[in-house]
Amino acid sequence: MPAAAFQTDIRQTIEAVWHIESARIIGVLAHIVRDGAVAEELAQDALVAALEQWPASGIPRNPGAWLLAAAKHRAIDALRRNQRIREKHQELGRDLEARQAMAAADLESAMDDDIGDDLLRLVFTACHPALPTEGRVALTLRLLGGLTTAEIARAFLVPEATISQRILRAKKTIAEKRIPFEVPPAAELAERLSSVLDVVYLIFNEGYTARAGGDWMRPELCEDALRLGRILAELAPAEPEVHGLVALLEIQASRIKARVSPSGDPILLFDQNRVLWDRLLIHRGLAALDRAETLRPARGRYTLEAAIAACHARALTPADTDWPRIVELYSELARLMPSPIVGLNRSVAVGMAYGPAAALELVDALREEPLLREYHLLHSVRGDLLRKLSRETEARAEFRRAASLTENERERRLMLERAAGS
Amino acid sequence: MRFMMLMIPKGYGQAGPDFLPDSQSIQTMMKYNESLQKAGVLLALDGLHPPSTGARVTFAGGKPTVTDGPFTEAKEVIGGYWVIQAKSREEAIQWALRCPAKETDTIEIRQVFELSEFPDETQAAVNKLRA
Repeated sequence: MPAAAFQTDIRQTIEAVWHIESARIIGVLAHIVRDGAVAEELAQDALVAALEQWPASGIPRNPGAWLLAAAKHRAIDALRRNQRIREKHQELGRDLEARQAMAAADLESAMDDDIGDDLLRLVFTACHPALPTEGRVALTLRLLGGLTTAEIARAFLVPEATISQRILRAKKTIAEKRIPFEVPPAAELAERLSSVLDVVYLIFNEGYTARAGGDWMRPELCEDALRLGRILAELAPAEPEVHGLVALLEIQASRIKARVSPSGDPILLFDQNRVLWDRLLIHRGLAALDRAETLRPARGRYTLEAAIAACHARALTPADTDWPRIVELYSELARLMPSPIVGLNRSVAVGMAYGPAAALELVDALREEPLLREYHLLHSVRGDLLRKLSRETEARAEFRRAASLTENERERRLMLERAAGS
Repeated sequence: MRFMMLMIPKGYGQAGPDFLPDSQSIQTMMKYNESLQKAGVLLALDGLHPPSTGARVTFAGGKPTVTDGPFTEAKEVIGGYWVIQAKSREEAIQWALRCPAKETDTIEIRQVFELSEFPDETQAAVNKLRA
C-alpha cells in the first residue's frame, strides 16, 4: 500500500477513535482537575501524542486506553505544576496528594459511575450563558461531540483558525469568570438546561436550514446534533425537554431526503414525497416524544414543537394531517412562549383546519408586529391565503414582497415562481 | 452516514429451530448495545431467528422458488444486525472492534446507501417530483 494512502487511514482511524473516546476521556480528566477547559487541553495533548506516535507504532490494540493513560499522565503532571489547579484544590479543601493517589488508582471504577455526572458538568460549562453563542457551539462540539477543530471548521464552512479562536476565547472566559465545573443548582437548572438544548438545536438548524447564499443543507451537522441530543438523553433521562428536543430532531431529520430536489431547490413540506421520509427516524422520534410526554404531561417548548412535527410525521399524505390538533398544540406553544412567529405558524394551521378566511384574519392582525413586517414568511403565508381566496393580484404582490425580503437565493427563486404561477 | 454491522456467528446455520441465545450472551451484548446507545450512535438493532426456521426464495430460470431452512450450502449466515450512525467507515470499524463477540464470530460492516449517492435522474425518479 502506498505510504500516502496508509497515512490517510491512520488519520481517519485516529479521528474515529477520537469521536468515540474523547468525551469520556475529557470527562475523566475533568474529574481529576475539576476544570473543563484544562481537561480539554490535556485531552488535546494526548491526541497530538497519538497523531505523532501511531503512524509509526501502529494503532494500539486498545486505543481508548492508550489515550486515557497518556492524558492521565499529563493530568497528574498538571496537578503538580499548575498553580491555578492547586489553588482550586485548596479552595475545595482537598489534599493534593490524595487527589494524585486517587487519580492513579480509583479512576477505573470512578469512570463508570461518575462519568455521566462529569459529562454533564462539561456540557453545562460549555454552554454557560457567559460564553458567546459561537463559543458555546464550538466548545460543545469539541467536548461532547469529539470533533476536531478541522471537522468543526468544515462543518461551519469557516477557516480552522476561526474555530480555534472561538474555542480559545471560550476557554479564556471560563478561566477569567471562574466558571465552576458543576451541574447548576436546582433553582437554575431548568434555565441552564434550556440553553444547552438551544445550543444543540442551533447546531441542527445550521445543518438543516441555510439562512443566506445558495447553500441548503449540511446533513452531517444534523447528524452531529442528533448524536449530541441522544447523548444528552442518556445523561439526563429524567428531563422531559431533552427527550422532546431529540424527538424534534429525529422527526425533522427524517425529512432530509425529501426536502431538496437533486438540483438543490427546496421542496415544501406539502409537496414532499413522503415515501422518502425516513421511517426509522420517525419511529425513534415518536418514541422519544412518548418518553417526554410520559415524564411530564405539561409539555415544554421542545416537546410541543416535537408534538407538532409528529402530527405531520404520522400523516401518510398531507390530507391525513390532523390540523385541529396542530392548532391546539400551537395554542399551547403560544401560551408558553408568546411570539409573533408562533402566532404566524398557528394561523397557517388554522387556515388548514378551518379555512383561509379565518387564517387571513389572524395574519392581518399579525402584520403590524415589528418582528414580522420584514419577515418573508409572513408575506409568503399571506400570499398563499389570498390565492386560496381567489384574490390573485394581492397574492402575487405578497409573493414578490416575500422574494425581496429573503436572503436565501433558492427561497427567493421559489417565491418568484409562486408569484408568477398558481 | 449509516452503517450496518452484520453479526455472522459461526455455526448459526446449524442452529435448531428452538435456539435461543443464552442469558449470559444476552447480558454481555446488552452492555455493548448500551454503550452504542449512550454514544448516541445506535439507530436500530435486531436478533434474527436461525435459518432453520426461515425460508429462501431463489429466482433461477425466472421462476421464483421457495426453499425452507436450514440451508446446508450456506457457509455464513446472519444472526443479527446493528444500524449505527458514524462519520466514517473507520468509525464504524472501531465500533465493531469493541463488540464483545465470540472467538468464532465475524462482523461484516457495510455502508447504507444514501439517495444522494445516485445520479440525478435516478434521484428524480425516486423523488417523483410534481410535474
